Amino acid sequence: MHSILRAAGALLAFVGGSPKLIVSVLVLALLFSFGSVGSALVDTELAQPISVKTNQPPSMQHLLGTDSGGRDVLAVMVVGTPQTLRMGVLAGLIGVVFGVLLGLVSGFFGGPADRVISAVTDTMLTIPPLAILLVVAASVRAVSVDMMAVIIALLSWMNPARTIRAQVLSLRELPYVQMARVSGLGNFRIMLGELLPNVIPLAFASFVGAVSGAILSGMALEVLGLGPQNTPTLGMTIYWALLYAAFARGMWWWWGPPVLILILLFIALFLMSAALDEVANPRLRQRS
Amino acid sequence: MSWSYALRRIGMFVAVVFLAITINFIVPRMAPGDPTAAVLEQLLSRGQQVEGAADIVANYRARFGLDDPLLLQYGRYVWNTLHFDLGYSISYFPQKVESALLQALPWTLALLLTATAVAFVLGSVLGALIAWPRSSRLVRSLAPFLMVLSAIPYYLLALILLYVFAVWTKLFPLGGAASSQSALTFSITSAIDVLHHAFLPALSIVLAGLGFWALGMRGAMINVLGEDYLALAEAKGLRPQRIFFAYAMRNALLPQITSLAIALGTVASGSVLVEVAFNYPGIGYVLYNALRSSDYFLIQGVAFFLVLTVAVAVLLLELAYPLIDPRIER
Repeated sequence: MHSILRAAGALLAFVGGSPKLIVSVLVLALLFSFGSVGSALVDTELAQPISVKTNQPPSMQHLLGTDSGGRDVLAVMVVGTPQTLRMGVLAGLIGVVFGVLLGLVSGFFGGPADRVISAVTDTMLTIPPLAILLVVAASVRAVSVDMMAVIIALLSWMNPARTIRAQVLSLRELPYVQMARVSGLGNFRIMLGELLPNVIPLAFASFVGAVSGAILSGMALEVLGLGPQNTPTLGMTIYWALLYAAFARGMWWWWGPPVLILILLFIALFLMSAALDEVANPRLRQRS
Repeated sequence: MSWSYALRRIGMFVAVVFLAITINFIVPRMAPGDPTAAVLEQLLSRGQQVEGAADIVANYRARFGLDDPLLLQYGRYVWNTLHFDLGYSISYFPQKVESALLQALPWTLALLLTATAVAFVLGSVLGALIAWPRSSRLVRSLAPFLMVLSAIPYYLLALILLYVFAVWTKLFPLGGAASSQSALTFSITSAIDVLHHAFLPALSIVLAGLGFWALGMRGAMINVLGEDYLALAEAKGLRPQRIFFAYAMRNALLPQITSLAIALGTVASGSVLVEVAFNYPGIGYVLYNALRSSDYFLIQGVAFFLVLTVAVAVLLLELAYPLIDPRIER
């Protein structure tokens, strides 16, 4: 109990000491609660097509106006933001789990396993992610938010795998790992019991990076029209707005909100991963 | 340059190209229905518009040779792709996929290479200046601003620039590569017109890349500045400019070039979307048309071209790298 309290205290002290982390946690908390708070205040039924008068500029009745499909833009944002977040978190989670496993195996065993995993990882990293996602998404056609997350996760494991491998390479030479080895612990016990807990902070930092990358890939597919057709995610809202020439028609209230929410989201995730890098990599802290 | 290093890099290149071809081959076959069914279905749904539909179907029947064993089909697919025979496009018919792409490629290459080069050079110098202790406070205070900039994706930045400079202030055109692409000549007015159209798309790529390169350079520079040989250079009384460029920046640039090779794939993906936002007639625009008309073979062609372009660029960078830094060759 005492140690838990002490850990929580240390965590709080650390969060308080990093302005980047404070800002990013606040913005992310805002965005993650946007859906649930919003659906209590706004009628989410208005996010359905043809539920309101079309092309209305913002007014007291429709705070962010309405689009050409007869949707209330604020309601669309309330429904769409959690969908985009869900897609990013799911894809990032799958990607990071695979990446950590591959990184552990590759860093711990070394030898041929390491050479194969590293070569595949490095090769995959130089392939433009959009190229593969396009081929897959275009042939699957009708996708749901979760299916998109799985497709994107296929390309989200490389960076975590690389970071974890590098960390494991230096960890496995430490005395406590040698000790575990000499006392006869099996390879899997060492990997899961000794190494895994020590790469968790780093894994969390690369999870944040993976979520941001996944949302970026998802947005790319969505604005090209390959996203879920019936779910108003942020990217799909931009796609519809551009398809119906919201730019030329001066309907800034249609494309503006999703662009703004996405920018906030990307900046918050970037700040958080930069702050977490400083935890995992204390040398960076003195620099800035 | 040692042979084993070059061979290993070329091996990676071949692996990437084969991986791309294999994905293009396998993915449509994992989708429900046989590969020609989708094409037939598309052709039927737009039967009147497509002239020579029978030609296309015959072409694909022969191409896929559906009765042949899978391995033979795969071999034939690889052979065709390596010969740049990517089949007929539906939306650009009677053009073939490869010729539609080759027409678009110069626009993409010119935009992508110029913008990336500008972003890389500007970002690296800026990052080095931010880390340099003698820089003015103004330069050093740019760091947080660049951090925020580096977090915003190319596409979203493009939309904002498009709104501010094309819709709102009307300083730049809304899209396209020229006022009239068919009337382009080798004249100064045409050149100005092309530059005028390319400015905003290029600016999006430069701004979005600037922060990334500056932050990377700042990190590398801080490491280099701690080295003893810099203290020695200063003790010798060398001029600060000489220390900055020839001693500090020159060495800090090495890791930047490695990350250039790694980042190119993401940069290319991002700039494809920028082209879509600006209707710029490069690969991105072809892709957008292909998606609008479910031209699956053109989509595959775009994917293959993207992978190939980036792989060639990465290969060239990696082969050039030992010339810059001989230590890498191991």
